[in-house]
Amino acid sequence: MLTLENLNVVMDGSALTGSLSLAPGRRVAVLGPSGAGKSTLLDVIAGFRLLDSGAVGWSGKDLTQLPPDKRPVSILFQDGNLFPHLTVFRNLLLALKPNGRRASQEDQVRIEGALKRVGLAGMSGRTPGTLSGGQQSRAALARVMLQGRPIILLDEPFSALGPALKAEMLALVREVAGSLGALVVMVTHAPADARRFAEDVVLVAEGKVHLPVATAAFFANPPEAYRDYVGTSQA
Amino acid sequence: MAQRAVAITAALVLALLTLGPIAAVLVRSGGLGAFRPGDLEALQFTIWQALLSGFFSVALAIPVARALARRHFWGRSLLVSLLGAPFILPVIVAVMGLIAVFGQNGLVNTVMAALGGPKLDIYGLHGVILAHVFFNLPLATRMLLQAWLAIPGERFRLAASMGLSPWGQFLTLEWPLIRRIAPGAFAVIFVICLTSFAVALTLGGGPRATTVELAIYQAMRFDFDLGRAATLAMLQLAMAVIAGMIALKLAPAQGFGTGRGRQVPRWDGRGAVPRICDTLWILAAAAFLLVPLALVVLRGFPGLMAGGGMGTWVAAKHSVMVALASTALCMLWALPLANRRGELLSVAAIAMSPLVLGTGLFLILRPFVNPFSMALPVTTVVNAMMALPFALRILRPEAEAVEQDFGRLRSTLRMTSLAWLRLVWLPRLRRPMGFAAGLTAALAMGDLGVIALFADPDRATLPLQVYRLMGAYQMEAAAGAALLLLILSFSLFWLFDRGGRVGADT
Repeated sequence: MLTLENLNVVMDGSALTGSLSLAPGRRVAVLGPSGAGKSTLLDVIAGFRLLDSGAVGWSGKDLTQLPPDKRPVSILFQDGNLFPHLTVFRNLLLALKPNGRRASQEDQVRIEGALKRVGLAGMSGRTPGTLSGGQQSRAALARVMLQGRPIILLDEPFSALGPALKAEMLALVREVAGSLGALVVMVTHAPADARRFAEDVVLVAEGKVHLPVATAAFFANPPEAYRDYVGTSQA
Repeated sequence: MAQRAVAITAALVLALLTLGPIAAVLVRSGGLGAFRPGDLEALQFTIWQALLSGFFSVALAIPVARALARRHFWGRSLLVSLLGAPFILPVIVAVMGLIAVFGQNGLVNTVMAALGGPKLDIYGLHGVILAHVFFNLPLATRMLLQAWLAIPGERFRLAASMGLSPWGQFLTLEWPLIRRIAPGAFAVIFVICLTSFAVALTLGGGPRATTVELAIYQAMRFDFDLGRAATLAMLQLAMAVIAGMIALKLAPAQGFGTGRGRQVPRWDGRGAVPRICDTLWILAAAAFLLVPLALVVLRGFPGLMAGGGMGTWVAAKHSVMVALASTALCMLWALPLANRRGELLSVAAIAMSPLVLGTGLFLILRPFVNPFSMALPVTTVVNAMMALPFALRILRPEAEAVEQDFGRLRSTLRMTSLAWLRLVWLPRLRRPMGFAAGLTAALAMGDLGVIALFADPDRATLPLQVYRLMGAYQMEAAAGAALLLLILSFSLFWLFDRGGRVGADT
């Protein structure tokens, strides 16, 4: 269980408050107007942002004071998920060998396997700059797969991709997360993504983190704060 | 964290090396009573020559920068790049070149004699100023040019469409810019000239053309009056700190950026008179910079072919070793200090003059070893310290960008410090490191400062060797050694800079 208790983060001019608990293995979309604190919420879970008060926990363990690299979390950022000067292989190897050591036989097998899973078989020698946007996303996802952590955070990771490619990537995330049994928390702007991907929706609006609602129920009867933000026509 | 510990250690070593010598000088200082009448004159001369050097450098840079900003011609970007060259040009080489042009038997005097004009003498106040302008006119020109090219093209278009007269356009567009940039440029050059040593050593001297730095040297070298040297060092320190603080206030943010080849389309200056004027300014500036260098090359060839004179090759070997060691040390220092605090710390180090540091280190070392035997190590350390502010100015923005771009990725990957350093930090910083290392190596190669204080005949560096050959009137050998120094300095810069670029374009 990922728990946020009486969360309070001071952002410039406003604050983000609320409580939340998310079960392992769930796929959760975070929706809300820009600037409301969606990314801040992810930063809080990842440890890039420390709480002004409240607590973050994961299956009974207190994470509140832990630095990002000590948390059971992997992240896909909007961009910059791969080091541009390293090959795909070297990038993925860092997930297995954070100390920068050489790959063992086993590492090689695992990396090639992960690349195959995301449809990049044979691309391990390429640098990210020579890959298309979609391929870069796939490589980053393979990295997350190898990290194998129980919480995966996605910060609008596929917003630069076209609709078809994006749908494909979301399906892939779903598959990867399923095989890891990981909780996925995805920040998005697009209701369609939430519908397609998420089991639950968490609304962040007006400085408040709302309780998760099952996706179908959320869109069948959207809360008022959400209707104000998208306008009635789209809701 | 390990990284933090390294950064703190680097900062402490730097602080210790800066403050230690000063403390040593302070303890040893004989108090103000040890001043001699000549010292006051040295102070006056130092300030006066720095004022004049700053004034002429900036005043002459204005028309040159203006001409470069609004003219487009073949070789323009090459000329703009060449304006950066004096920064890594050894002072002694420039002095040789200037003597070849303006000296006793130089080009100018030859022409003057043919025309029956008076004979110029390069030694003394005007020689010192001439050399300072040679070094700092390009610096001022680059500062002004950068600001000039930053004026949006739309403004010139607007001015053209409103039909402003040339004078009107100057007043509305260019004069405000000059007023904004010129004081800072003047201040920076003033500070540089305050601590000028090698120029004063070679072209000044005598009771009427001695700077405080030169007086420190003379007190140490000729009178071996440590108390007086210490007092003078305090005077120099106070002067440099005050002037440095003023300069920091006035200085534009970018001291020596990379030259811009950019061109803003202009509609003014189409008449014949402005065209001719601009052409003349550009030609004059180019000649002033290039003719002395060309003469160093031309006159150096015979000397170099003849073997360069006694001790030149040994001195060259010393210099290359010192340059490489200084570069390594400077980079080791710069990497952990590539942040805002580190840069401030190193600026404090630049306010210190090399001669003051040298004097202090001499006093510290004397009880333990024969300080003269430490000439090369001390030169290495002082050169690394002197180059540190420049290295940091180049590295800091890039280092911060790497942290900004990849810091989060590093956390989520749980990369260890060593892996981060080896796989990300160093590879991402290769280009600026190559450039910074090139500058450091060239500066250390050409330095004629603290080595003059310490050196004995067995431990000369190449710049000192050139100076000695000049003093012994072995002009051919001196010219050969100067050419060798020029080649080595520029080669070292080129090699490092190139090394940073090759294959680093991802």
